[in-house]
Amino acid sequence: MTRHSACGSVEHLLSRRALLSGVAGGLALGLGDILTGATGIADQIKAKHKRVLNVFLHGGVSQLETWDPKPNTDTGGPFQTIPTSVPGVHICELLPQTAKQMHRLSIVRSLDTRNNDHARGVVEMTTGRKQTLGVDYPHLGAVAAKSLLPDRFTLPGHVLIRSSPGGRNVESEFHKAAYLGPQFASMAIYDAKPPKFGDNKDNLTPETETLRNAFREQANQRFSKKRGNADTEAYNFSFTQARELIAQRDVFEVSREPEADQQRYGASPFGRHCLLARRLLEHGVPYVQVNHADYDTHFENFDFHIEQLGEFDLPFATLVGDLADRGLLAETLICVMSEFGRTPKINKGYGRDHWGTAWSVLLGGAGIQPGAVIGKTNANGTEVVDRVVDHGHIFHTILRAVGVNSSSEFQIGGRAIPIADPAKGAISELLA
Amino acid sequence: MTDAAPVKVSPEKTLLLLEHKHSRPLTACHWEPRSRFVFFGAEENLIHRFEPATGKVVPLAAHDSWVRAFGSSPDGENFYSGGYDGRLLFWPATADNPEPLRTINAHQGWIRALAISPCGKHLATCGNDRLVKWWDAATGKLAKEFKGHESHVYNVIFSHDSSRLFSCDLKGVVNSWSLDSDSPRTLVTVEKLHGYDTTFRADIGGARSIALSSDGKQLALGGITNVTNAFAGVGEIAVALLNPAEGKLELLLESKDKTKGTTWGVAHHADGFWIGLTGGGGGGWLYFWKGDSSQELFKLKLKFDGRGMSLSPDRTQVAVAHADAHLRLYALRGA
Repeated sequence: MTRHSACGSVEHLLSRRALLSGVAGGLALGLGDILTGATGIADQIKAKHKRVLNVFLHGGVSQLETWDPKPNTDTGGPFQTIPTSVPGVHICELLPQTAKQMHRLSIVRSLDTRNNDHARGVVEMTTGRKQTLGVDYPHLGAVAAKSLLPDRFTLPGHVLIRSSPGGRNVESEFHKAAYLGPQFASMAIYDAKPPKFGDNKDNLTPETETLRNAFREQANQRFSKKRGNADTEAYNFSFTQARELIAQRDVFEVSREPEADQQRYGASPFGRHCLLARRLLEHGVPYVQVNHADYDTHFENFDFHIEQLGEFDLPFATLVGDLADRGLLAETLICVMSEFGRTPKINKGYGRDHWGTAWSVLLGGAGIQPGAVIGKTNANGTEVVDRVVDHGHIFHTILRAVGVNSSSEFQIGGRAIPIADPAKGAISELLA
Repeated sequence: MTDAAPVKVSPEKTLLLLEHKHSRPLTACHWEPRSRFVFFGAEENLIHRFEPATGKVVPLAAHDSWVRAFGSSPDGENFYSGGYDGRLLFWPATADNPEPLRTINAHQGWIRALAISPCGKHLATCGNDRLVKWWDAATGKLAKEFKGHESHVYNVIFSHDSSRLFSCDLKGVVNSWSLDSDSPRTLVTVEKLHGYDTTFRADIGGARSIALSSDGKQLALGGITNVTNAFAGVGEIAVALLNPAEGKLELLLESKDKTKGTTWGVAHHADGFWIGLTGGGGGGWLYFWKGDSSQELFKLKLKFDGRGMSLSPDRTQVAVAHADAHLRLYALRGA
């Protein structure tokens, strides 16, 4: 195995913040640029800590029942549109609370990802790359964690909040960090319950625990001198992080939020997940993903979207409002994505099938122009007629919006690997 | 159409009589009591009045969403519609260009079904707001609002003596209501007509169709059972036969070959058999059950999946709303 730990690469000599961009007029910065761009680095270090909140609607939410409704057309379904807090912008009536927050959010209505496969869609939307056999790219959460994690930050940089396993495989339980190293992979929180790392099963006294850890570290150092690699470094990182997490266990205790807030978010699992997301973002976790499932509505699409979006709307809108009220929205990018959209054509069982040809993503918060609508589909939503984009553009846009130069590269074992698909770029008109 | 006395029907003699092609997939249909018209809804906000004798179609425009709940006064002069826009509309059934006589914002969210009492004095609606509402059919005044269901109410029907209502929700809970009580009498929960899909984390079920037997002693609830994939609608057709007086499930009508799909329509024929309309993975079928066995005595393959069914008042025809944008009339013939 190639040894990547403490490789002495330029990247390891820089803090993670050195990867932050937002400088030089958006020009692509290589690491050499970062080294020589002293003024830019100073600006970046002064920059406030940015975060990403990604709400992933698994199964493929219908763009027609959310962000790009087509009422009174052959594909439109039974729902009407409602006005939003942005004059002239309408969304589906199933999202009345979100409609009140649209002045803080923007819609991209022109995704054409040319994919109708669940697993591939999840991979491509969260890595910003075409899925390629034998090649793993890091999840957006891993990239964000590596790029945005503050120095001496003791919480995980990449947290996934979801319901306990039992859903389908495409609702991932674990986000890969690929070549970035396992320390940037996701830490999963199930059902808004704190992880079980806090139990002192051996009933050790603090003194004994300190001695035991000192012995462990000594053994580790000896081992690492001869046989250490990226994995052993990651294990050490995880162990150290776990010890630090024990001391901060209450960060994951959503029940510590005020009772009034718990009521405002509602008792549904997604409501509790959104409140926990707020708590983690307030504690500075750079990447939080909340999964909501399931939207794979091949049968009775409209009935199931009433149910699912009925669960989504209030907690999500409450979270957006709270982030704004607490001054966190300017530092927190919000994204609502799926693996694809759903067919304009309604099938014989009142369902909509998989559709990657013309669908939508919601973005807002840090670095995103609020209240915008980017791109356009035709009258009945069967094709994009303006500003075609795909997962690559969304990936670049998210990173650029939080100040990461998405056109730069990670240095991995001496190899320069583009952070995002170099063939794509950010949706520049959407950036604030 | 004919006003002749009903004939003794042999289900195996059933055949396609007439097709009407529409521009959108159909969702529901309804024979008016004098058999002059079939009203149908489609994937659009319009209702259409189809005259089988002439093929003439007249649109009824006033709803702001799809319409799948229909009813008529016993004399056929008034037509009622309940839409996914939550509105209950009263129409003159035979007008050249019908305009609503009355518009009521009846429910918050979808109206899923409406029923007219056999005496013609009462009207009932139910919907996604979990409410059942009892209306005065002459004035449109709300007589009673019933709370008790804990999920979307899928269907409603009056007892033959017009004194009670029966309703069934998504979870298969069947309630009985009367004007002199605010509380429901829960008859039974038909567990065979409900499932919770743990993979997709969603409920599926409910009475997609409802009917009473000709003697009023059995209540039929059509739906889907043994669901293995809620979001793909993978389950089997089924009709639950209840004894409403005793609140007891008496029989579950199924198919011999476990046909995949949903029973979107159910009716009882006075000649002593149940008719069910299905659509789904197994395709479109008209099923005929005697009612003394869970298995069908005959089934007729349809050209496409059905979504709604109505038995003509003279019991000689079945109208089917098809997902391939056709209204088809099937003749029920004697031996």
